[in-house]
Amino acid sequence: MRTVADLGIGEHGFISGFTDEKLSLKLLEMGCLPGTEVILTHHAPFGDPIAIKVSGYTLSMRKEEAATILINSI
Amino acid sequence: MAKIPKIALIGNPNAGKSSLFNTLTGLRQKTGNFPGVTMDKLTGLWELGPKNEIEVLDLPGIYSIYPKSIDEELVINILGNPAHPDYPDMAIVVADASNLKRNLLLFSQVRDLGIPTVLALNMIDVAENEGYVINSIKLARELSVEVAEVNAKKGIGINGLKLAVQKSLENRFSSNDGLPLPVSEEVITDIQGAFGDVDPYRCLLWLMEHDRMKMFTKAQCADLDQIMVKHDFEPKKYKSAETVKRYEFLTEVVDRCVINLNRQWDAPPVKTWTDRLDKLFLHPVGGYLFFLAILFVMFQAVFTWATYPMDAIDAGVALLNDWLKGILPESTFRGLLTDGLIAGIGGVLIFIPQIAFLFFFISMLEETGYMSRVMFIMDKLMRRFGLNGKSVVPLLSSVACAVPAIMSTRSIGSRKDRLITILVTPLMSCSARLPIYTVLIALVVPEKNTLFGLFNLQGLVLFILYLLGFFMALLSAYMMKLILKAKEKSYFIMELPTYKGPRFKHVSYTILNNVKAFVFEAGKVIVAISIILWVLASYGPGDSMEDATNRIKIQNPNLTGVELSNKIAGEKLENSYAGHFGKFIEPAIRPLGYDWKIGIALITSFAAREVFVGTMSTIYSLGGEIDNENATIKNRMRAEINPQTGKPMYDMALGFSLLIFYAFAMQCMSTLATTYRETKSWKYPLIQFGYMTALAYLSAFLVYQALS
Repeated sequence: MRTVADLGIGEHGFISGFTDEKLSLKLLEMGCLPGTEVILTHHAPFGDPIAIKVSGYTLSMRKEEAATILINSI
Repeated sequence: MAKIPKIALIGNPNAGKSSLFNTLTGLRQKTGNFPGVTMDKLTGLWELGPKNEIEVLDLPGIYSIYPKSIDEELVINILGNPAHPDYPDMAIVVADASNLKRNLLLFSQVRDLGIPTVLALNMIDVAENEGYVINSIKLARELSVEVAEVNAKKGIGINGLKLAVQKSLENRFSSNDGLPLPVSEEVITDIQGAFGDVDPYRCLLWLMEHDRMKMFTKAQCADLDQIMVKHDFEPKKYKSAETVKRYEFLTEVVDRCVINLNRQWDAPPVKTWTDRLDKLFLHPVGGYLFFLAILFVMFQAVFTWATYPMDAIDAGVALLNDWLKGILPESTFRGLLTDGLIAGIGGVLIFIPQIAFLFFFISMLEETGYMSRVMFIMDKLMRRFGLNGKSVVPLLSSVACAVPAIMSTRSIGSRKDRLITILVTPLMSCSARLPIYTVLIALVVPEKNTLFGLFNLQGLVLFILYLLGFFMALLSAYMMKLILKAKEKSYFIMELPTYKGPRFKHVSYTILNNVKAFVFEAGKVIVAISIILWVLASYGPGDSMEDATNRIKIQNPNLTGVELSNKIAGEKLENSYAGHFGKFIEPAIRPLGYDWKIGIALITSFAAREVFVGTMSTIYSLGGEIDNENATIKNRMRAEINPQTGKPMYDMALGFSLLIFYAFAMQCMSTLATTYRETKSWKYPLIQFGYMTALAYLSAFLVYQALS
């Protein structure tokens, strides 16, 4: 299963689900809804954390957190 | 007079809530405390019309009413509890129009709590620049709420907001859609049975968040737990499903009320300023270089530019003291007023320029949106040491003062990360240490240029002391990371807001509020200690003070005038209460190279380290052997002779030993009190005090033994 953590800079995907129940509420509230498009825009130095564009704004998260967001690239 | 209605300002972080607050209330704001919590409460008066004022309460920025960190907890504690003294008559939800859907999530939750709500649409210009046109009349109808378009930064649209608020206050209309997501009716009936007839959504909030709400007794919490078990209710599942459901509804609303011009013309997405700036600020190399450059300017400002106003304050206080000494007759009262009280107040006032500069920089970094980029690029580094990208802000602010720094840790969601940050933050060299560093460095480090004449040696030593504090904080954090256990995983899901020009009004309010808090909070302690110290140093047990005078007179029958009075003053100090205290701890501090006079300073500065310089000047002006009345504290200390060696007392070994001691020691009551309030336990201030004092003692011991 591909996750947001697998995206390269400029690549995009559509959120299909979450693997961590506790994080998912925070992510949902921040606008990471199933079906929403995410684009990876930045890596911090050393590749972690990452920044994604979602629902019209930029959201940063750690790589391990990004790995809980499942995506498919329809 | 009728009770003034209360309005709560609620909104996402960066939605312009604080801007709106400043625009509405101007200078008529005051900081206070929320009952039971230490969080600063910012309220202000807003004139709705002639003789019609309302109180506006600024609440911390949140994304949802379900809290994830301690600062967010406050919001449900107020909004969820109608008996709370700060429970508002109505709420203004400030929404960033350029990110409407996410901002409306919070709005819909607040409204469902049954609080009359007005929606203030902010940053419409930003939305329009990005190609979104919002039909706010339609939005108002769809959401059945009063909508006011405002530009909080420029103060446009305030009249419309006034009208909306007035209307809402008059009819107290709160739309009640019922529950966002149905639950079995018995759950609600059970809660209403136990707690009375309340709004169903509020019932659910109580059910799901009662652990974080202070209004419930232990028995009530147990009752709610029981209801949860009885109905097999899973809060996490419900909250997630509720959020999705709300977004589904809001997506439809937004689709109907917002026209996206970009999509219609299929234009390529615009490259915004934020995208361009992020290329530089988040660059793997350039990002760090830029951050270092900012730090450099910040320190330059604090250590060089701030010295001019500081010198002026210092001179002003000295002038005032000399003048008072000139016009007042010699008396105990004069001594207490000039050497005790005014010297103490001067010691507080002198920090104002530095604190103002530091808060200027920190609030500028936060205002512009750059601070979250710093957190972003520092997170990985900080995490290795048991900290968190968000720890950067407290660590940085504690260069000004550890008290606001520790309070700013509330936004750190993970308890372990927050605790470690609180514990190590006071190791950063705060502005109270600066005068001590300055005096001691001037005593023991020669003033010359070094490294190809590029750097001033004294400045270099000062810089190294700051670095030392920082590295010791990292090292201690690392040790604590190994010891402390984490209950939950830390997370770093954080918005990177768009860059904005700083609102100088807001920056100046921040500076003003913080300087005020410092002067009054820290000032109280410092002034009290100055007075106590003056008393302790001027009086002794029994007749010891008179005995001292007589002894000197008998021993030195030939001395007269200034020389005699100086000798007497010295003997008096040694026999005063303060002298006795100093002598008492002398054996313990001997290995570090300190004598009883420094002992007095150590004791007094355990409450507040900034007292050190004041104590030294009190001690040496009372017991000094220098004729010149205007001699500075530096000259007095330089002239001090070590009675055992006959050489100057303040040599390299002692100087550096003291510097290291003050760099690491926990000498600040206010910080310990803040740690206590923030951790709600005596355990952590005690740990903090213990480990820092041990660290200071050991390092000072090693430095002294190595150098002497």
